[in-house]
Amino acid sequence: MDLKTLLLGRLGWDAIPFHEPILVITFVAVALGGVALLAAISYYRLWGTLWREWFTSIDHKKIGIMYMVLGIIMLLRGFSDAIMMRIQQAIAFGDAAGYLPPHHYDQIFTAHGVIMIFFVAMPLVTGLMNYVVPLQIGARDVAFPFLNNFSFWMTASGAVLTMASLFIGEYSTAGWLAYPPLSGIQHSPSVGVDYYIWALQIAGIGTTLSGINLIVTIIKMRAPGMKMMRMPVFTWTSLCTNVLIVATFPVLTAVLALLAMDRYVGTNFFTNDLGGNPMMYVNLIWIWGHPEVYILILPLFGVFSEIVATYCGKRLFGYTSMVYATVVITVLSYLVWLHHFFTMGSGASVNSFFGIATMVISIPTGAKVFNWLFTMYRGRIRFEVPMMWTVAFMLTFVIGGMTGVMLAIPAADFVLHNSLFLIAHFHNVIIGGVVFGLFAAMTYWFPKAFGYRLDPFWGKCSFWCWVVGFYLAFMPLYVLGFMGVTRRLSHFDDPSLQIWFQIAALGAFIIALGIASFLIQLVVSYRRRDQLRDVSGDPWNGRTLEWSTSSPPPDYNFAFTPMVHDSDAWWQMKQHGAPRPTDGFLPIHMPRNTGAGIILAGLCTVLGFALIWHMWLPAGLSFAAVVGGAIYHTFNYDRDYHIPADQVALVEAERSRQLATNHV
Amino acid sequence: MLRFLSLLSVAILLSGCKAVVLSPSGDIAMQQRDLIYISVALMLIVIVPVMILTVFFAWRYRASNARADYAPDWNHSTLIELVVWSVPLLIIIALGAITWVSTHKLDPYRPLDRIDAQRAVAAGQKPLVVQVVALDWKWLFMYPEYGIATVNELAAPVDRPITFHLTSSSVMNSFFIPALAGQVYTMAGMQTTLHAVINKAGTYKGFSSNYSGAGFSGMHFQFHGMDDAAFGKWVAGVRRGGQALNRASYLKLEAPSAYEPVHYYNDVAPDLYDAILNRCVEPNRMCMRNIMAIDKQGGLGLPGLVYMATLDAATRADLGLEKLRDRVYVSAMCTARDPAFPSLKLMNAPQ
Repeated sequence: MDLKTLLLGRLGWDAIPFHEPILVITFVAVALGGVALLAAISYYRLWGTLWREWFTSIDHKKIGIMYMVLGIIMLLRGFSDAIMMRIQQAIAFGDAAGYLPPHHYDQIFTAHGVIMIFFVAMPLVTGLMNYVVPLQIGARDVAFPFLNNFSFWMTASGAVLTMASLFIGEYSTAGWLAYPPLSGIQHSPSVGVDYYIWALQIAGIGTTLSGINLIVTIIKMRAPGMKMMRMPVFTWTSLCTNVLIVATFPVLTAVLALLAMDRYVGTNFFTNDLGGNPMMYVNLIWIWGHPEVYILILPLFGVFSEIVATYCGKRLFGYTSMVYATVVITVLSYLVWLHHFFTMGSGASVNSFFGIATMVISIPTGAKVFNWLFTMYRGRIRFEVPMMWTVAFMLTFVIGGMTGVMLAIPAADFVLHNSLFLIAHFHNVIIGGVVFGLFAAMTYWFPKAFGYRLDPFWGKCSFWCWVVGFYLAFMPLYVLGFMGVTRRLSHFDDPSLQIWFQIAALGAFIIALGIASFLIQLVVSYRRRDQLRDVSGDPWNGRTLEWSTSSPPPDYNFAFTPMVHDSDAWWQMKQHGAPRPTDGFLPIHMPRNTGAGIILAGLCTVLGFALIWHMWLPAGLSFAAVVGGAIYHTFNYDRDYHIPADQVALVEAERSRQLATNHV
Repeated sequence: MLRFLSLLSVAILLSGCKAVVLSPSGDIAMQQRDLIYISVALMLIVIVPVMILTVFFAWRYRASNARADYAPDWNHSTLIELVVWSVPLLIIIALGAITWVSTHKLDPYRPLDRIDAQRAVAAGQKPLVVQVVALDWKWLFMYPEYGIATVNELAAPVDRPITFHLTSSSVMNSFFIPALAGQVYTMAGMQTTLHAVINKAGTYKGFSSNYSGAGFSGMHFQFHGMDDAAFGKWVAGVRRGGQALNRASYLKLEAPSAYEPVHYYNDVAPDLYDAILNRCVEPNRMCMRNIMAIDKQGGLGLPGLVYMATLDAATRADLGLEKLRDRVYVSAMCTARDPAFPSLKLMNAPQ
């Protein structure tokens, strides 16, 4: 092996996709945009601020915001893939081949799935939990602040590798779950699947660590008086989600490691020959994959619970049954993975078990919907934007739930499996549940994070475009499913299907307007921030502790750790006129920022890239550097500092002044 | 608005466009369709009230409606909790029972006991056996009863039970004819089974419904349901128009190709399907059944690591397979009953 191979592995000029005009144009656009962004940061001398205040920050609030930014940027990429697919499927009929050859189309649907789940939904959900949970439980940060920063950068590292595949080499064409034998070296010899594997492995480490972090935070760091059954519902659902993360992401890591060994060192875990068994992969990936969808939706169930209680001005109906429903869903989510492949040839009894277990989940989920419904009953509903999302969610999600139960009946699944009906179903629950919930949550907690509300006009524009666009884009897919159209096709023969795909494409364009409205909303709100300012810290008349502190909260969140007497702790304090402490402050012990997280994750990016391209020398060096760097970081004893009491007093006095002007 | 849109789409759906899943032509697919209707009807018992109540409560308890009750601390009612947990529970019990029964009755492995809702399968009626092989990216159908095979075209007589035995040459696919019956995966080295019957003459679409790579979009075929006379003519036509299908022509056919036109084989080697299923079409390759038998006795041990083979270059050139990635497999061993051959030439030589 010569030095060039050791250094560059399989990487050569032929890896750059000059022959794909779409990619070249995209690259030029991204490069120009990137240069402009870097130039702007340099011009405004923001590098130091970014590095000191954000990249190295171990403040859960800033990390939460960085997660959200990552998720929104990746949403734009994932959605570009979606709209490219919709256009291809709307035009590729009969003699028209469309504009995407199969090899490109297959990369796009694979990337769409992977990005939307791992680099849009996961960062947004994790960012939300990161931001809100410590505030809701009256804590000053998460249990392991450095680990939190490291987790974020590992997730970002996975996203960077995934994006790199656009311009260096290619992405996987094996679908978002990379079923072997198709994803094996025999059928996918190029780097695409390797990008998939290493991006997910690196991001998966971040996700697992962040799960551990939040579990410990919720278990150990609740304010005094906040018993488990007094935790806000969002904290409960976050706890369950993180339990799911910690229990299932190792399975994903293991199964991808086995697949990597098949591809790199010639083992035969999932090959057709020599004792390999692809069915094992399908089982293992879904043992992670099914809980994953609950990892995404459970926190949003919590979000809706918070929002519905706040805007109805009413205690949440059936708190206890809400908590038990969440826990039941958590447990059952481990027992249903086989419903993703009833058609793989299991016997009738096995299929029946998993089908019925799946249906049983609809009972606690149904109870949750009823609890939101009866929270609205005899409430005073203020239809602010988050509440609009919630009502749209309730109406949309029940349809998705119904089609989900249809798919859970094995004999019915045999005709619906892998069809566009299935695609419509899971977009119905993921968009109608997770995405609607995320927009509701971002609108709801934005004033907490930035001190001013989001502009409601553009919020409503975004809302209506998303809702109408969703129905136009996915109801035709239900119809097409009944017409026997399967997923992942890049070309069709039957012209009578075309009208449905055209309606779906129209829907996707309306969703694009919804996304554009959201981005405009951010800009408009920033420019109108003085009119939209909230100095009370509690713009919605909230019920839980995060609304008791200022907006944005000080670094230390709470000058004194609050005492909790009720599940709606802040509501109860307001009812009883609990006074805000204004003196007697003590120095506050805080963790210190560190660059170790971004440096280690950066080295992991190099390691992943080197492994993808078989660059063994850089791979070995970067691996050694990751291990060495992690050990070196353990000798960093400059980890904390105290905010002096008089500084706390200053900040709190400023808050008192603000509150006073607010009341005038 | 939302409800209007969803109602609209349902209305269009029911107006009878070509929703083959909802108006199939085979008894199994028909029963699967009925399950869809029954489950939807059961679930609407909860879904409709929930949607109506959501809209009603949202309107009734809007903040501007000062006449509506407001009970800010009301958060529990045992009666309501009982209803919202027990009604879905009862529905799921009903649906669960239906699921258990239907999953067993419509199990693809279960031989048919009826032709349709009115007629039982006549005693002694033998099903038509079709051996299905999913190839990259086309379908091979073999009819052992007739000694014929077809690529990308399938036919069966109306009202005669069909038994499909399914496998794959490489990656996973799913065999699906929506008008006939639900789908089943095809996987290499494994066999799945599907029992079905077509009740109406006609031409129906069949395809792979599990993504399998670059040629996936073209991996479809026509399925003809025919009366007995027409089927007899079709078989005769295949016999007249076909070539021989043996190990050599199969290896050529197996090479990846997309949008493969229909073609026929009239002289199918009788042991070919078994060799495909056992992954030993190449003559110097050990069959899965033998590998498993050896493994059952403890395996080959370390020698098993080196006992590998590939197709020799000459045979690959003969078959036009030079460009494909070389396959490495466990080499066949000579036994008295199952002599191994170093190359296809030897095997095809007159014996």
